[in-house]
Amino acid sequence: MMFIRLWLFFAGVLATLFLGWAALVGVPGMQLASVAPQQGLRPYTYEQMHGRQIYIREGCAYCHSQQTRAEGFGSDQQRRWGRASVPGDYVYDRPHLLGTSRTGPDLWNIGARQPSRSWHLTHLYNPRSVVRESVMPPFPWLFVEKTEAGPEDVMLDVPPAFRPRAGVSIVATREALDLVEYLLGLDHTYPVAPGAGKP
Amino acid sequence: MQPPAEEQAPDRLASRQELDRAAALPVLLYFGSGIAWLLAGTLLGVAASLKFDLPDWLGTIAQLTYGRIRPAHLNVMAYGWASLAGAGCLVWLTSRLCRVPIRRPEWLIASVLLWNLGVAYGALSILLGYSQSVEWLEYPLPAAGIIAAAFLLFASSILATFRARKVEHLYVSLWYIMASVVWFPPLYVVANLPIYTGVVHGAVNWWYGHNALAVWFTPVGLTLAYYFIPKVIGRPIYSYYLSLIGFWAFALFYNWNGIHHLVGGPVPTWLQTISIIASVLMVIPVMAVAVNHHMTTIGNFRMLRTSPTLRFTVFGAMSYTAVSFQGSMEALRTMQEVVHFTHYTVGHAHLGVYAFLTMILFGAMYYITPRVAQWNWTRPGWIKAHFWLSAGGVLLYVAAMVVGGFLQGLAMNDAAKPFVEVVDLTRPYLTARTVSGILMGAGHLVFALLFVEVVLRRGPRRLAPPWEAGGAG
Repeated sequence: MMFIRLWLFFAGVLATLFLGWAALVGVPGMQLASVAPQQGLRPYTYEQMHGRQIYIREGCAYCHSQQTRAEGFGSDQQRRWGRASVPGDYVYDRPHLLGTSRTGPDLWNIGARQPSRSWHLTHLYNPRSVVRESVMPPFPWLFVEKTEAGPEDVMLDVPPAFRPRAGVSIVATREALDLVEYLLGLDHTYPVAPGAGKP
Repeated sequence: MQPPAEEQAPDRLASRQELDRAAALPVLLYFGSGIAWLLAGTLLGVAASLKFDLPDWLGTIAQLTYGRIRPAHLNVMAYGWASLAGAGCLVWLTSRLCRVPIRRPEWLIASVLLWNLGVAYGALSILLGYSQSVEWLEYPLPAAGIIAAAFLLFASSILATFRARKVEHLYVSLWYIMASVVWFPPLYVVANLPIYTGVVHGAVNWWYGHNALAVWFTPVGLTLAYYFIPKVIGRPIYSYYLSLIGFWAFALFYNWNGIHHLVGGPVPTWLQTISIIASVLMVIPVMAVAVNHHMTTIGNFRMLRTSPTLRFTVFGAMSYTAVSFQGSMEALRTMQEVVHFTHYTVGHAHLGVYAFLTMILFGAMYYITPRVAQWNWTRPGWIKAHFWLSAGGVLLYVAAMVVGGFLQGLAMNDAAKPFVEVVDLTRPYLTARTVSGILMGAGHLVFALLFVEVVLRRGPRRLAPPWEAGGAG
């Protein structure tokens, strides 16, 4: 080539890619392979896993992070969003949903912060029915309208202004209920096991 | 060192026309489908932005909820528009720089078809709810596999052309092209493997997310700037040795940048630190490239008025310097504490992928299209309008997101401010973004119409090279 042999050029180019992989993926992968689940962390239930799939499908991760920062870095601690998260909190997460945006608040401990199922359901049906200034999208397709709700149905307490028409009940589907199960399960407020903090 | 000069000797001119004709069909297919994705991606982007202004607009259609059209926008723009347009430019440029007709054109045509299939499959999957929800890697595995196959076909045509080259000296643009066609396939395949869990998956995500820029999108932009700035101005690149330093420093440092997307997160601190250091070290290749590009341009600014290619390319090269320095600063912990998780990052991304890469792609396409189509651009006034709509649009975009995002970050770090106040504060900036998106979209529409006119041969026939015919190259 212009300055070295051609094979050396291609070898060098591939080596730079490999070095970057080794540093950012290979070594951390080995270091974190032995991370045990935090004591207090429970595997997702079937309903929560299903709810997590809805969370993924609707792209919640584009506005909500699932990682809490330590004291002295941002206001997560003052806002009581929960202690700084550690790798052992995430061992059941696949795909990861760490997120890079807080257009809405962090959700890593939303289950502890807002434990009301009916609040979450109404909020998902139309966020502005409970938080006037919200810019979050509504998710009406997770609900059905019924004129006569059955005994098993979970009905929503939606303010009249947000109902499609008077006299109908808004009933949560399995998808809405499982999504809320997942959100309520996002509770990582248990203490970090000694020595199991961030490497 | 100089790209092969546009000598006026008739045999050289004839041979260049021969090269352009051989590349015509694949290049126009890459360009045409790239532009179609640009229009689709613009619609998705403007709609996503508008949803902040009107959160209940289209609020009952699941397929068009924000969390689906936003990733669809990113993927359509990255893998549809920028990748297809970029691949078309590289096909043409490789043939020109190696002085041989492009090899395996039928593989390129297969590549275009597969690529479009993959992008469409992936985008529809996201809208229909089958996203992987991993940024830059949302496409389901079959779609990613199709795109990987399309890229391999493209890469093998490029490498075959390179092997058949009839030149001794390899111009700097060729280094970037050869590097990116061997870098991208392993990166894309390894990142898509469904084997990662927890925070390691986060690390893989951002190793990929930043490296997609490092090994594909940025080399495409740089290789075109390295070619077209000296080419149009007609003087050699400022310093050969700076291009060498720039290239190898770029290859070494850029690969280590990714974890600056997880600063303050649950990944090991040492890992965040090396990515921050590498981000700052990027100043070295960026300085080298900046000095090379800008010193070549300096003293020739009046040519920006006459050559649309140069105007777009120089705007892009300046944006590259700006976005790179911004990125190096942004990676520092002090800055990340404020701007991580805010719209600031989105502003930075558009300064890179739009103000730098997309503008350079426009510039290159203004040069290449009439040469391969053998037909000249019509309406120079429209080309001007396209430039100002795109340039003005993206400057407004970046200004709104950078200022709005920074204020958002400061407010978020003030625990006394309720979260809804932080949301409220960003509204005017998000509205400005919607306006900027409409401006850029108008520019894209103008560009698409111009392209269609050339392909349909509506304008003047290209009989003579541009220095005689006064063409718009």
